[in-house]
Amino acid sequence: MPPILDVKDLVTRFDTLDGVVHAVNGVDFRLEEGETLAIVGESGSGKSVAMMSILGLIPSPPGRVESGSAIFQGPGGPQDLLRLSPKDLRDVRGAQVGFIFQDPGTTLNPILTIGDQISEILTRHMGMTAQQSRNRVLTLLEDVGIPDPELRYKSYPFQLSGGMRQRVGIAMAIACTPQIIIADEPTTALDVTVQAQVVDLFKRLRDKMGVAVIWITHDLGVVAGLAHRVMVMYAGRAAEVARVNDLYEHPLHPYTLGLLGALPRLDAVGSRRLVSIDGTPPDPLISVSHCPFAWRCTHAFPRCWAEAPRLTTVAPDHKAACFYDLDKGRPRDA
Amino acid sequence: MHENGTLIRVAQLKKHFPVAGGLLGRQVGVVKAVDGISFEIKRGETLGLVGESGCGKSTAGRSILQLLRPTSGQVYLEDKELTTLAPDELRRLRPRMQIVFQDPYASLNPRHPVGKIIGEPLIIQGMMQRAEVHDRVAELLELVGLDPAFVRRYPHEFSGGQRQRIMIARALSPSPDFLVCDEPISALDVSIQAQVVNLLQGLQERLGVTYLFIAHDLSMVKHISHSVAVMYLGKIMERAARQTLFEDPCHPYTQSLISAVPIPNPRLEQIRQRVILKGEPPSPARPPSGCVFHPRCPLAAGECSEMVPELREVRPEHFVACHFADEHGGSKILQAPVVRSSAN
Amino acid sequence: MAGETIPHQADSMLSMRRTFRDRLGYLGRLLWRDRSGVIGLTMILVVILAALLAPHVGLQDPLAQNLGESRMPPAWNAGGSWDHPFGTDSLGRDLFSRTIYGARVSLTVGLFGVVIAAALGMVVGAIAGYFGGRIDALITGPINLILSMPYLLFVVFIAAILGRSLLNVILIFGITDSPIFARVTRGEVLRIRESAYVESAVSAGARWGRIIFDHIVPNLIGPLITLATFEMSAMIFYEAGLGFLGLSVPPTVPSWGNMLAEGRKYLSSYPWLTTFPGLAIMFTSMGMNLSGDWLRDVLDPRLRRARR
Repeated sequence: MPPILDVKDLVTRFDTLDGVVHAVNGVDFRLEEGETLAIVGESGSGKSVAMMSILGLIPSPPGRVESGSAIFQGPGGPQDLLRLSPKDLRDVRGAQVGFIFQDPGTTLNPILTIGDQISEILTRHMGMTAQQSRNRVLTLLEDVGIPDPELRYKSYPFQLSGGMRQRVGIAMAIACTPQIIIADEPTTALDVTVQAQVVDLFKRLRDKMGVAVIWITHDLGVVAGLAHRVMVMYAGRAAEVARVNDLYEHPLHPYTLGLLGALPRLDAVGSRRLVSIDGTPPDPLISVSHCPFAWRCTHAFPRCWAEAPRLTTVAPDHKAACFYDLDKGRPRDA
Repeated sequence: MHENGTLIRVAQLKKHFPVAGGLLGRQVGVVKAVDGISFEIKRGETLGLVGESGCGKSTAGRSILQLLRPTSGQVYLEDKELTTLAPDELRRLRPRMQIVFQDPYASLNPRHPVGKIIGEPLIIQGMMQRAEVHDRVAELLELVGLDPAFVRRYPHEFSGGQRQRIMIARALSPSPDFLVCDEPISALDVSIQAQVVNLLQGLQERLGVTYLFIAHDLSMVKHISHSVAVMYLGKIMERAARQTLFEDPCHPYTQSLISAVPIPNPRLEQIRQRVILKGEPPSPARPPSGCVFHPRCPLAAGECSEMVPELREVRPEHFVACHFADEHGGSKILQAPVVRSSAN
Repeated sequence: MAGETIPHQADSMLSMRRTFRDRLGYLGRLLWRDRSGVIGLTMILVVILAALLAPHVGLQDPLAQNLGESRMPPAWNAGGSWDHPFGTDSLGRDLFSRTIYGARVSLTVGLFGVVIAAALGMVVGAIAGYFGGRIDALITGPINLILSMPYLLFVVFIAAILGRSLLNVILIFGITDSPIFARVTRGEVLRIRESAYVESAVSAGARWGRIIFDHIVPNLIGPLITLATFEMSAMIFYEAGLGFLGLSVPPTVPSWGNMLAEGRKYLSSYPWLTTFPGLAIMFTSMGMNLSGDWLRDVLDPRLRRARR
């Protein structure tokens, strides 16, 4: 079965007053049907920009998607999302690919009731009548655990709490039963107990719908409980891609290792110092032709400064973009 | 007046904000941001004050430092009571208690060079001559791991983590005994958070500074604190030594909070038991009656909506504000909210 | 202590960014993006050069009267000559020279007037904004009163009382324009007062003097500079207005307003007497407004690059 989304060589840049920002520098990944892929990175990693590029959500000056392909196995056959016209892309967005944003406070239209906003999606993409869409909206509101759906249909976003608004965001994303849901830091702005509710809800819906998910976050805790596979991004590139258990138990890129070591954990025994990664995240205005992590890597050796490592398979179903072999403690054989 | 070793003692501290409304701007209500909290911090230790949004932890930190004057209650810095001090006396005490703010992008004056920012507390207090200040600033920059040559640069030339270090250097310049850290790492990337936290811990070991570490990140609070207090809607729900709180949490809210925190361990996450609370943290302008947690509490019963539970010492040095809390675990929801990982 | 000192390697990225060429590049892109800003700045430069160089470039004496050559038309008309490129006025004085010299009066009035207005307004506005409460009410009352009066009437009234001199004109504008600066300052102070770095200063023990002058005022400069350019342009306008009414500098001094006043009588017969000073006023004003717009965009805090 071909993956439902196959992205190759994605490059996105922005022209700003400070110069050219190299946001995404050649990213490849595949999303299988029904699987949840987490994309993890810190700020400047390019994780959000990459997803928004695929869906045509990058404002076109100053941004430009320079190259890449994103083959989506839609109901009408394979399509390259990066080559679609804006109109066709709009049809795909919302109906076949749902998007959940980080801050529902700013992405919900403040002057429309939430019922109207959700049914707008339904009437536009599914051609439902007003009555049909209303019923579907009520069902959706129930599915996402909003009490009193009849009442809430007529509520405005400002009347809802943060968690409620994010539930509405989820409802909007699943309204047309899409094949892929892309969620961009959907729980980052929520309190931890509310986050637990929303993640719990999301998992139930995902399992029921069998939808493929891309979950973008910096939170390695949430990822552990949600993802099947994980891609770690750094400086606009993929650093490591692996199944979730493998990534956490057997990381093969120094950045991933550093990231995991830097986390304080509730399940930690005793007090050890957190492993911090020296230095600061890379400057996206500078484009380098060597490994972008070299500055901060304790294992960097001359080859790391001479060329950029490509993402290669270094263990079963486990890829890393690194010249150093963490297992053997020495540079990889060529 | 103070026990040996206790640096800070807070007693029934309250901070209420009046709410103005109506055409004439009269006071129509009150926001009880902090509604009677009490705790002690031993010299050289860290108390982690943790809670979700709206719980009042930031207000508590500012009220303790008298940046907001408390509505009632007392704050003792050693044996000096702070709430009744005259402005001049308070100003003289300021060098002993400093604060590190949350937002590294707003807490440094964009028009001042870094050297001036760090040295300002010393100049204001007249503690040193200009030449000495210069040396001290260089010393402080080294202490927080920054190149002393940065003295003439401006804040916008630095990253978030570096700005936070500058903030810490400034806070430490008058050699304070007590430092309130108000969410100092929330705005930073994960890898940088570890740098800053390591720095704070290192400084505590080296200089013996006492910290009040305010945060919503429970994992980080567990990592850095000696004792922990959990706040909810202006009140403390539970307070205990770090190990005790996480191994034996007695308050239903604490248990829910701990079980809600994701752990970066996939095998563990898949089998963990969780308490999923219903509803969301209410607004401090309209607090529930009785126990403020009762609308969301899985154990709530009759008296919970009527009587406010006192913070009682249910086990040695372990304080809980719950009607069901007793020595026998009457307020437990789950048996083991945090499963200790055998892989660690 | 790994992780507690940043190796200078990683920091070399920091120093790489702030080279002179980077800054130049940034400025260049800023100017290119807003080409009207470049035009405005050039226009102002022209006026400034005119004002500064006037006595040194061999112009005719602007005060020299020559009744035999009065009311000569501009050089490109019949009866004109290139000795007097813009023609002459009713007393035979060279118009070209007087127009150039007029820039000196206008810029002096604009510059010093704004400096006085800004200084006065900032102090008053800062105090009102910082202390709030009754002090604020005491100050904003009169400010609002003054601002609601018809400005030109007010200025004319005072000018009529004080008499004609360059100093008086500057003082009048300085004082009557200060309420605008006070109001803008007050608004900015209210905003900045709530910032985290001000709170930080309080926690270090700073008193109100230091907070206002060391912390708040330096951060006001941006919006105030923009305001200053617009007000300067307005003052040049109003000086012309005063001159037109015969209340500006004494009539012998070449000022665009005076020239307009003199030329008024001859509007239909000898229109060039008013045309050239009029054009000069328009040119200067436009230059200042365009520059002011550009400056406002440049100084917008949104453009202050934040590093992550």
